Amino acid sequence: MNDTGGMGDDVQLLTLDVNGTSYEVITPPRRTLVDVLRHDLRLTGTHVGCEHGICGACTVLVDGLPVRACLMFAAQAEGARISTVESLADPGSGELDDLQRAFTENHGLQCGFCTPGFLMLAQGFLAERPEATKEEIREVVAANLCRCTGYQTIVEAIDACATARRAQRAAGTEETSCN
Amino acid sequence: MKSTTQDRLVGRSVARREDPRLLTGNGRFVDDIELPGMLHAQFVRSTVAHGLITDIDLTHVRRVPGVVAAFTASDLGLGDITAQLDRPLSEFVPTAMPVLARDRVRYAGEPVAVVVARDPYAAEDGLEAAKVTYASLPPVTSEEQALAPGAALVHEEAAHNTLVDVSLFATEGIDGIFDKAPCVVHVETRTGRQNALPLETRGAVAQWDAREDQLVLHTCTQIPHQVRTVAARCLGLDERAVRVIVPDMGGGFGLKCVVGREEIAAAAAALRLRRPVKWIEDRKDALTASFLAREQHYTARAAFDADGRILGLDADVVCDMGAYSCYPFTAGIEPLMASAEMPGPYKVPAYRVRGRAVATNKAPTAPYRGVSRPQYVMVVERLMERAARELDLDPVEIRRRNVITAFPYTGVNNVTYDPGSYLESLNLCEQTLKEAGWYDQQAAAWAGGRHIGIGYSCFSERTGYGSAAFAARKMEVVPGFDLSEVRMDTSGAVTVTTGTMSHGQSHETTMAQIVADTLGVDIAKVKLHQGDTDRITYGWGTFASRSITVGGSAVRRAAAKLGDKLRAIAAAQWGVPPEGVELDRGRVRLRAEPEAELSYAHLAGIAHLKSHLLPKDIEPGLTATAAFDTDTDGTFSNATHGVVVELHQGTGQVEILAYVCVEDCGVAIHPQVVEGQCRGGIAQGIAGALFEQITYDAQGEPSATSFMDYKVPTAHEIPDVTIHHLETPCAFTETGAKGAGEGGTIGAPAAVLNAVNDALRATGTELDNTPVTPETVHRALTSPVLEQTP
Repeated sequence: MNDTGGMGDDVQLLTLDVNGTSYEVITPPRRTLVDVLRHDLRLTGTHVGCEHGICGACTVLVDGLPVRACLMFAAQAEGARISTVESLADPGSGELDDLQRAFTENHGLQCGFCTPGFLMLAQGFLAERPEATKEEIREVVAANLCRCTGYQTIVEAIDACATARRAQRAAGTEETSCN
Repeated sequence: MKSTTQDRLVGRSVARREDPRLLTGNGRFVDDIELPGMLHAQFVRSTVAHGLITDIDLTHVRRVPGVVAAFTASDLGLGDITAQLDRPLSEFVPTAMPVLARDRVRYAGEPVAVVVARDPYAAEDGLEAAKVTYASLPPVTSEEQALAPGAALVHEEAAHNTLVDVSLFATEGIDGIFDKAPCVVHVETRTGRQNALPLETRGAVAQWDAREDQLVLHTCTQIPHQVRTVAARCLGLDERAVRVIVPDMGGGFGLKCVVGREEIAAAAAALRLRRPVKWIEDRKDALTASFLAREQHYTARAAFDADGRILGLDADVVCDMGAYSCYPFTAGIEPLMASAEMPGPYKVPAYRVRGRAVATNKAPTAPYRGVSRPQYVMVVERLMERAARELDLDPVEIRRRNVITAFPYTGVNNVTYDPGSYLESLNLCEQTLKEAGWYDQQAAAWAGGRHIGIGYSCFSERTGYGSAAFAARKMEVVPGFDLSEVRMDTSGAVTVTTGTMSHGQSHETTMAQIVADTLGVDIAKVKLHQGDTDRITYGWGTFASRSITVGGSAVRRAAAKLGDKLRAIAAAQWGVPPEGVELDRGRVRLRAEPEAELSYAHLAGIAHLKSHLLPKDIEPGLTATAAFDTDTDGTFSNATHGVVVELHQGTGQVEILAYVCVEDCGVAIHPQVVEGQCRGGIAQGIAGALFEQITYDAQGEPSATSFMDYKVPTAHEIPDVTIHHLETPCAFTETGAKGAGEGGTIGAPAAVLNAVNDALRATGTELDNTPVTPETVHRALTSPVLEQTP
């Protein structure tokens, strides 16, 4: 039996910035970012679907860009800003943000396993490209796998969110220019 | 209950109650469960497809840092998993599936030993140190090999590798009908082996609870009680001593509708070590060593009169079931489904069928969404198309002449079909494509040398199988009924149980809609419990589109009974008979004096806290239990799918330009959920028609070990789907609903394949096998003669 003590000699201390909180983690260097997020930090909203970077269930944002957390070692994420699905809803009230609301209104999820990956993919993409057309959104949605929905309602949800954000911005600009 | 139609929730797409937790990362899937002192299991798996195990040496495994234990079959001494049919040996040969292979392996990937370590990385290190030696046996890798004279036997007891051989129907004089028929068409079809591919792989967390004297097994299964039965048998425990808990599930589609070996082995390890043990399947194992489906070979013919009316259907079906029979359905699942249901929505006067299941050295099969129906619908719809061509009839017109229009209709397969909208769905689907201009576009495309095709499939789908229907299949374990318990607490909140097991189908919402309507309570006051064998009485889980039909009916009945008790308690307070009061949105009202009312919370208070106020004939507490079973042949949903494709000569790509689905699942409890089931089902059907296939090399090694080799379609390949609803309510489910879970998958392959063949019309080539690959299409367009169907 070797079930004694910690994790062996080969461990390192990492500092990870996740959803605005700084965490210190002692972990073997071979541990992936998704495993550290899920099992060390207990942020289990990020899921693992394939462990080889195809399905996208583990998508998180690293410095604002969508990344497959199964393809990255946790050590590689030191010094970066990491955002997971847990960052989207209002931390106080738990109220869903506009992207999450668009997913529920459009029935963009069924079993919900792939959903956090799609949410973070969309979050990163819309921040980068708020003017995205529905066709561009479809291109991006094709980066991840969903086995339940047939994708149509995921595309519609992200498009609805993007459209609403644009309308809100336009209204905001108008208001500013009136003042 | 007094309520206006406006108040009713059934029929409205209310907010899904599952969504907030799933959208915020607060769901709890099996891999999210973390227990103190938990260990992690992985499996040493066979590297050969067929062989005798001559030695298993785990000495080095046990020395790997972090490895805690490693067990073989002989270390654990577990009972086998054996699925039975109540049929003679000439029709069904039972075979045992050991939890871990003992002396023989029957597919590459079969579990041989379990390694338990303090973290998943160490468990994988342990696997690499295992030394298993095999004496190879000749692998049986195809149905042809399995049935060839002198073939190696996968199971010594199954001659000709045949596990199931049934001839359920043979109309007298059918050969004469074919001899005399003016038109006889043939189809030979092979369909690719597929993985149902829930995005969440299989997994389990097992823990011995010494205080409860009970093994707690968290696992993602569609059939918690059946897992409990098998776990108890394999481990030698009473069923009471096993509690199966199903957390949130990341899809199942049938793959999780059978009992897996790994969850039992994980449980055995937890028992042995008295430590929690987690097993999470990786994607490679999920693709190669879980449960597969759909590899079938049909040789079929149909006879028609000169007007295109079908005279007879004659089919031979061979299903490649892989190495073992799955529990509880057995290797009969695919051939029996195909044999029982093949005539489908058509008036077929004569029918003969032989259905076989053969064993091969491949991972075993489980029921996968639709079970055989995507395949036989494709075969029957190809026969329809071929007859239309022979007789120079429009493909929709020939179907119009054959669909059942007068109900109830008892078919040649001894099944009585309840009312549906077969003709109406066909007409509306054609009309939708016509009005969208696709026929005109096709004509223009053809004139310009482009290959655009339009294809249809028309089908009915039996849902809501009760115990009578499953007993007719001669299952030894006969599913069918469902139980529900509805409870009200002193705050007026309602807890409802169901034996069904949602894994994406939204039962927490739809079952709550049914309860809210029945009792007239706020849906926010209703909470569904499922998937916990200690919390629910008994259940058959979720499969065969049974949840809303059977489970929803039990829920409705139990809620109505609870309503009766509320009325009885209130009536007693007023000293009037129960008929003198009525339920009205959270209150019981006195009919004679509508302003006199008692709230549910008040009545629940009497039932629990002031039971001395209850009359002698009313028991304290506020609980009602009801069962539902279908005593008819079940209820038939139906649909027509219409597809427009374009074939691209250079790339061989099949591009889907339009997809229309006209479906009828009776009363849709939640229309958005029904549409979601349709769209998701269609995506899986398209996957089978065009993309996905598990293949093996000559040694029986699986070729697809990652998503790089197994093409799961993305938003690039799956089109938007236009859906139209028709509503023929079911007369005997409590809500009028029929099942809606599988139809999308059933209709898609046939419609896509017919559209591809329509696009190929000018080439004279017809394709009958799936998946239709780019290579096949390219070749059909460039050198059609090579692909000519005999």
